[in-house]
Amino acid sequence: MKKPIAGGTNGAVVVALPHPGTRRARGLTRFLESERLLASLLLAPTVVLLGTFIAYPFVSGVWLSLSDTSVGNVGHFVGLKNFAKAWDDSIFQQAFRNTFFYTFWATIFKLALGMWLALLLNRSFRGKRLVRASMLLPFIIPTVLSTFAWRWMFDPTFSVLNWLLFRTGFIVNKIPFLSDGVYGMWCAIVVNTWRGMPFFAITLLAGLQTINPDLHEAASLDGANGWQRFWHVTWPLLKPVTLVVVVFSIIQTFSDFQLIYVLTGGGPANATHLLATYAYQVGVATGLLGEGAAISLFMLPVLFVVVWVQLRYLRRLEGA
Amino acid sequence: MAQVLLKDLNKKYDEVHAVKDVNLHIRDKEFIVLVGPSGCGKSTTLRMVAGLEEITAGEIAIGDRVVNDLPPKDRDIAMVFQNYALYPHMTVYDNMAFGLKMRKFPKAEIQKRVQDAAEILGIQDLLKRKPRQLSGGQRQRVAVGRAIVRHPQVFLFDEPLSNLDAKLRVQMRVELKRLHDRLETTAIYVTHDQVEAMTLGDRVVVMKDGWIQQVGEPLELYTKPSNRFVAGFIGSPAMNFVDVGIQGSDSSLTAQGTGIRLAIPPVNASQLGPYKGQRVTLGIRPEDLHIAAGGDQAGYVFDAVVDVVEPLGSEILLDVKAGPNSLVARVEPTVRLKVHDGVRLAVNPDRLHFFDMTSEKAI
Amino acid sequence: MVIERPWKRWVYFYIPLTLFVIGTLFPFYWMLITAIRPDAELYRSWRAVNNAPFWTLHPTLEHFRDLFEKTTFPHWLWNTFFIAVISTGISLFCGLLAGYALARLKFPMAGALGTSIFVTYLVPPTLLFIPLADIIRNFQLGNTPWALILTYPTFLIPFCTWLLMGYFKTIPKELEECARIDGATRFGAMVRIIFPIAVPGILSAGIFAFTLSWNEFIYALVFLSSPERKTVPVGVVSEMIRGDIYFWGQLMAGALLGSIPVALVYSFFVEYYVTGLTGSVKG
Repeated sequence: MKKPIAGGTNGAVVVALPHPGTRRARGLTRFLESERLLASLLLAPTVVLLGTFIAYPFVSGVWLSLSDTSVGNVGHFVGLKNFAKAWDDSIFQQAFRNTFFYTFWATIFKLALGMWLALLLNRSFRGKRLVRASMLLPFIIPTVLSTFAWRWMFDPTFSVLNWLLFRTGFIVNKIPFLSDGVYGMWCAIVVNTWRGMPFFAITLLAGLQTINPDLHEAASLDGANGWQRFWHVTWPLLKPVTLVVVVFSIIQTFSDFQLIYVLTGGGPANATHLLATYAYQVGVATGLLGEGAAISLFMLPVLFVVVWVQLRYLRRLEGA
Repeated sequence: MAQVLLKDLNKKYDEVHAVKDVNLHIRDKEFIVLVGPSGCGKSTTLRMVAGLEEITAGEIAIGDRVVNDLPPKDRDIAMVFQNYALYPHMTVYDNMAFGLKMRKFPKAEIQKRVQDAAEILGIQDLLKRKPRQLSGGQRQRVAVGRAIVRHPQVFLFDEPLSNLDAKLRVQMRVELKRLHDRLETTAIYVTHDQVEAMTLGDRVVVMKDGWIQQVGEPLELYTKPSNRFVAGFIGSPAMNFVDVGIQGSDSSLTAQGTGIRLAIPPVNASQLGPYKGQRVTLGIRPEDLHIAAGGDQAGYVFDAVVDVVEPLGSEILLDVKAGPNSLVARVEPTVRLKVHDGVRLAVNPDRLHFFDMTSEKAI
Repeated sequence: MVIERPWKRWVYFYIPLTLFVIGTLFPFYWMLITAIRPDAELYRSWRAVNNAPFWTLHPTLEHFRDLFEKTTFPHWLWNTFFIAVISTGISLFCGLLAGYALARLKFPMAGALGTSIFVTYLVPPTLLFIPLADIIRNFQLGNTPWALILTYPTFLIPFCTWLLMGYFKTIPKELEECARIDGATRFGAMVRIIFPIAVPGILSAGIFAFTLSWNEFIYALVFLSSPERKTVPVGVVSEMIRGDIYFWGQLMAGALLGSIPVALVYSFFVEYYVTGLTGSVKG
């Protein structure tokens, strides 16, 4: 480090600084001017609320899962008994498999259809705003209410879908939409896709709109056809947004409750339970709080991995 | 109206020591300009005066009080930002009145002051508009207006003209100078543009790497740069630097560089004596080079080859090569020379600068 | 744009888009047509020859009348609205303050706190509803609106904080620096300068939070028990199916009416909602 060249005679000051006039800021002002104190004041409500209703329940949930608490009975510590019991329970095993199956296919469909819809909506056409706005309706309308409409459409006796397929000659006998476990699961996947696809479409559309159209024109001048343009230009640029949307969707789908609760109630014969609905049945409907808490905690490892991926990705973005 | 004192001022961020031992006495009513390349600590210094950055060590006094612990609002200063920082949700009038309202001025007084300021700046017709309806120059005026209505003790300017186009910048520069003459308020002005610094400042502070390099009146900086950095930073085109060795006897020293050999003028001889046999940096401003004519002494000329010709109308900049050294000469517009022509250049022996190679200080 | 032939435009654009529109909107049409169809037409077998399911020649409002006379539907609507508004308000308040602190202030642990708020954003309600039910019981909040008003912010605050933090970061910090020099405190600059500028962001967060609360189901299902205290989604599920008989006309009427308020709010603020939606994942 070079020695500084102190300014000429004009600049070098050796002046006794005057102190008497110094006025210290008063209490409250000073408090609000300090970044740390202000920050803690501003964050206090959030931390208190989230602490009380997220962190505390989480800890309490872990404790419940290790106890034999049920409604009206104070529980005792039982170790991992609840987890072991669930693991050996055939309904739980079915629910566990269902949850992965449901999440996997619903996410694939939502991504594929959502991407397709986003690409369609990215073009200019008359009434685009109206179409885009109405496409989001399934996502806005309370899921429980719209699922009832689907349940009515899947009704064993009065299904309009069966009527349609019968009249158009695709089927002779009715399809047992919700009265068969396998069909029921696929119906749930269809409804989940219907509900979640707009979220994909609109978010991906927002991503698409940030892509410079010049890139497409350049690619088509280079001789790329539609599919090649998508694969080599759009998709790579859309990947970051896609990853984030998929992560959000996986979390929501994996922990889904209301759709199954309304559509099949876990039936027929417990064939369509997800972890959340089964946890509800055991923990709330039957009142075995400990066992229910243990079942819902089985979601944690998967959520943990997904959140971890998301955080790592965010870090990488910030690093870039 | 107040003097500003900076005493042993330091600012450290986690790893960066942004401002180092800055001592400065800014006099009452003075227009002082802090100039330097980006990252030199000039903006940080200004922001410490404003109270927007905490002071790591040292003291700042405005008027007769140390303000280290005062929040910005209690320092009685006004600041104009590079991006103007006009409140987008308020009209021009409300933007200008905001500071007065916060200080609970009576309504009539606010109105009077805003009207006066608007008149000075010629923005009376814009008072009802929102900032987004204004052009860049108008926004700039509003930002200045917002500062002057408060009649603060000190004005702070943080690169206020950088966002304007070149023509407007020159115009606003003149207006700012006129405004300062009229208001007679102490002003601290930060810029990276040395032309702005030279034209606006009563005194200019050149900074680099957190250190003050030199403080002085504009012409003083130009004619007597205290080190190589200031010499190269002030002036456009920049000063030419040539590495030379000092040779010869005490009575006739010469500066010997590759492709250039110049006699050392008597004015510099005594200081350069101790450097005999060592290498120093020779500095020549472009206007101190001219095409050699009969009157030039033999020791002060050298031969070069024209590399680029830049005709600017009022003058011509000749980029020449003398050996491996590139130099720029500012010559008369009547000179007719082509690329690759040989040319004999003469220096102005009264205006040579010499710098120590290691300390870079002027000799 | 790239030029394409008309038939291609039909095959690759109009037909798929039409199918998307039909597929997306049909369930809502079905809701509507069921709600105004007399029972006699509703319960015809899918194979019945005279079945014309897509329209009705005898529209009726009897299902709506039943809805209001035989159930406490108006209560549900009011409850849902009340809870959604208050919890959105609380969440906006907390999210504004926290988002500002995280976006603007330097303090130790800022990064860690930001991350943990983001992580709580990703915690699904279904992970916590059993212990939460226990806690709500212990706080004597069971079967009161406060059970929901206090728990909905757990998923709304992280969202609002995240969204508003992103919005604050787009506002030049010179604005508040200037305000502080002009005579405002940090707090004053935040309230008088930054918050007014952030109104579009606040609106986005608010609209999105409102629809999320209106949609919420599992907490409402678990924490509320008396019929007149319920929200629309829970009321429709638990009070309108008697035994195992579904009164589809009434159900669909309820579903329709329960959807209209949120659809209205949405339609007035589509752009804000979309900003909120896309911002909810980007931050």
